[in-house]
Amino acid sequence: MSADPASPSATTGTPAVFRLPRIRTEGLPLVPIAILLVLVVLAVFADVVAPYNPEVGSLAQRFKPPAWVAGGSTEYLLGTDHIGRDVLSRLIFGARVSMMVGFTAVVIAGVLGSTLGILSGYLGGWVDQVVMRVTDTWLALPALTFAIFLAAIVGPSEWNIVIILGAVYWTRYARVIRGEVLSLKERDFVRLAIVAGCSKWTIMRRHLLPNVANTAIVLATLMLGVVIVSEAALSFLGVGVPPPKPAWGLMLADGKKGLMAGYWWLTVFPGVCIVLMVLAANLLGDWLRVKLDPQLRQL
Amino acid sequence: MSDALLELDRLSAHYVTGRGTRVVKAVDEVSLTLRKGETLGVVGESGSGKTTLALAILRLLPTAAQIVSGAMRFDGEDLLAKSPAEMRRIRGKRIAMILQDPMASLNPLFTVGDQVGETLRVHENASRRSARERAGALLKSVKIPAAVQRLREYPHQMSGGMRQRIVGAIAISCEPQLLIADEPTTSLDVTIQAQYLKLLRDIQREHGLALIFITHNLGIVARMCDSVAVMYAGRVIEAGPVREIFNAPLHPYTRALIESIPRMGGGPERLTAIDGQPPDLAVLPPGCSFQARCPRVMDHCREEAPPVFDVAAQHSARCWLARP
Amino acid sequence: MRRFVLRRAAYAAVSLFLLSITIFLFVRVTGDPTVLLVEPGASQDDLDALRTELGLDRSLLVQYGTFLRDVVQGDFGRSFYYRTPVLELYVSRLPNSLLLALAAMVFSLLIGIPSGIMAAVRVGGWWDSAGKMFALLGLSMPSFWVGLLLILFFSVYLGWLPSSGSGTALHLVMPAFALGWYFAAAHMRLARSSMLEVLGSEYVKLARLKGLPEARVIAKHAFKNALIPVLTLAGINLVLMVNVAVVVETVFAWPGIGRLLYEGIAFRDFPVVQATVLLGGTMIVVVNLVIDLLYAVIDPRIRYER
Repeated sequence: MSADPASPSATTGTPAVFRLPRIRTEGLPLVPIAILLVLVVLAVFADVVAPYNPEVGSLAQRFKPPAWVAGGSTEYLLGTDHIGRDVLSRLIFGARVSMMVGFTAVVIAGVLGSTLGILSGYLGGWVDQVVMRVTDTWLALPALTFAIFLAAIVGPSEWNIVIILGAVYWTRYARVIRGEVLSLKERDFVRLAIVAGCSKWTIMRRHLLPNVANTAIVLATLMLGVVIVSEAALSFLGVGVPPPKPAWGLMLADGKKGLMAGYWWLTVFPGVCIVLMVLAANLLGDWLRVKLDPQLRQL
Repeated sequence: MSDALLELDRLSAHYVTGRGTRVVKAVDEVSLTLRKGETLGVVGESGSGKTTLALAILRLLPTAAQIVSGAMRFDGEDLLAKSPAEMRRIRGKRIAMILQDPMASLNPLFTVGDQVGETLRVHENASRRSARERAGALLKSVKIPAAVQRLREYPHQMSGGMRQRIVGAIAISCEPQLLIADEPTTSLDVTIQAQYLKLLRDIQREHGLALIFITHNLGIVARMCDSVAVMYAGRVIEAGPVREIFNAPLHPYTRALIESIPRMGGGPERLTAIDGQPPDLAVLPPGCSFQARCPRVMDHCREEAPPVFDVAAQHSARCWLARP
Repeated sequence: MRRFVLRRAAYAAVSLFLLSITIFLFVRVTGDPTVLLVEPGASQDDLDALRTELGLDRSLLVQYGTFLRDVVQGDFGRSFYYRTPVLELYVSRLPNSLLLALAAMVFSLLIGIPSGIMAAVRVGGWWDSAGKMFALLGLSMPSFWVGLLLILFFSVYLGWLPSSGSGTALHLVMPAFALGWYFAAAHMRLARSSMLEVLGSEYVKLARLKGLPEARVIAKHAFKNALIPVLTLAGINLVLMVNVAVVVETVFAWPGIGRLLYEGIAFRDFPVVQATVLLGGTMIVVVNLVIDLLYAVIDPRIRYER
């Protein structure tokens, strides 16, 4: 049977990611990639694209509905909130906040978790025990509860949230990566490296790291969705990104105030944005998972 | 012809995958005849199409596979013309099958008694009590000790040999005319194998069953079967009475298989193995499918695939060497 | 078996221990804890008094010892806002959260299992595609947003259901739906993949070979086996639900422990926050331990693994 070009070879240990050019690009998930690209562009060029300043509004224009509803105008395409701030602009700038927080937190969690996972899996012994105990404990706490707890202690700010989310979610990485490393340890190319006299650090850096990179990437895309929802939840509860910054979660919290009065656009639009971003991240993660290594399907 | 129980006439079953791009000819133009009470051995390496053939007869191929051409007749009836409901009534009642792994074949959540009596309840509308009684009798007939207690036990509480007997009991519960056994002894201990084979033979004699015995083990074929069909890459490359095939094999593959059986006594000798691997069934070369590994390959073999040559009474081979 | 129980219990104890240390450390180590542990609006004298009372001038180890001793005796401090012992508050709110979680779980299983099974049986059909879409949406929509939308639709527009509080079954409907929605999608996914696996198993193959009607093959042979992993996940998720219902409870002002946590944050009532987190974590560790032990009772193979 023909060999699967996407799986790491047993003898050289060259990971699939480094052979990217050979993977067919048919079946690229266009929709999630398009969504993410749009969001990234919006986030980066927010200053240029957004029609208004997201943090300043005029009270005279408060609670205006979207343009296509009676009472709305094309001045404020998606309506205004309780302080008269343009919803569309806030959504666009909110993309920046969400992306920034989301990506950074995922990167922090990923780097920390992967490193500890590799160390723990390969070195074993007391390092492993310590890391595993801590991981188990932190995993026993639901992420949201833990994040709320930490946010309550250090106070809400954009950077604090990033660090908190990174601190809460690294354990998920560590667990999975450690598992990978444990099975990689038994593979031939690692044994060959040991026999060849490579130091532990070299092995971890040059052999293990590239091979777990695939898993880490897939995990990162899957975590992105979770992190974004967590950030939205934290902001909604008031312990996330603080006002007047336009975080989508915050907009939902503000929106709740106008809910009973029927100001639906303050709730629907920010939520749709969150769903789109999470959806895109999940779809991309699913596709990556299948593409990079079918064995990862159990993730 | 009139006492033929099962007739396959150039049956072909293909797997289609990759949205139509990849066609695997798992069973290719297979013709067989089986008479009542006869035992046919179907021999071949893994991937030669033996199991697919069995599933095709029962029309239980997975959705990726289909019977694409040929004919099948069972007891004079056209199997391909049967509706799904009619096929379902045939399965388990007139044609039964035993699978390779007895542990996996039995549902872990239901008692042995429940599973043995199930066919009776479904096919013969037996009542719960009567099904239970007959299940007990069936277990006794396959020599399971303390049969009545066993009815209430679960599969994981039994040994492998016992489980395979239970599967056998399920198979004969409705007194089928044909039993297909797909490598039934492969996962059993060697010591149990002989017992099990004897059991199969006894059952066959008692019930007048025809038996198709699928295996890769020629030794078993020699002991159990009346006739044998050798499969390679989805095709039957040689078929005939057991004695003839063993004494005078025509096809080089058959010969190699027979020679590769290790023999005891007579000093140490080299183990003869057959070089190479079976071909990828999706990209078969033109000509004979055995060409890459055949010690007596000729140019003609590479150009044209040999048809079936009838050499003697019921002995046929798909090989240019057999051309009269 | 005894060794297994002891070992698992020891693990659980270690986890609880580490949990308490984690919480303790985070509070003490990130700045001046008196700011957190004192009522808003207290004077400097109050701060100093609290400092000595908490023993902040003593070593960290001693502080932890006091902390641990208090916790084990059930003393989690008093709520600033409610002026009652926090443990009392927690225990009084817990049943509400359990009720919500149970309702949400029932909902998620009622929706998730049948749709997952149908998707597997008719794999590739439109039910399967619809199911995949549902799963994707369900896993992507934050539960609190679902809740807000429900309020918009059923309270504001239709006026059928009350938008907050508790007391009647009607009050339970929307929060349960909002909380259960995500899990319905997760359970559907698992039910589908589990069923697919079972449908490909040898015993299902044999059931078909026996000539059993397809309906029987699915309903009897496949279904029960497929259900096992789903129920396992459901059990784990139940405890999770109780603890992550924070946002849903807040949206609907449902008086459970989630809302208690929110109140703790909103009113800067730190003893409440600390206790909720600690008790929540403890609950999870204990429930996981119980589940592990139950499994060992049911499946003998588990007892002998490393």
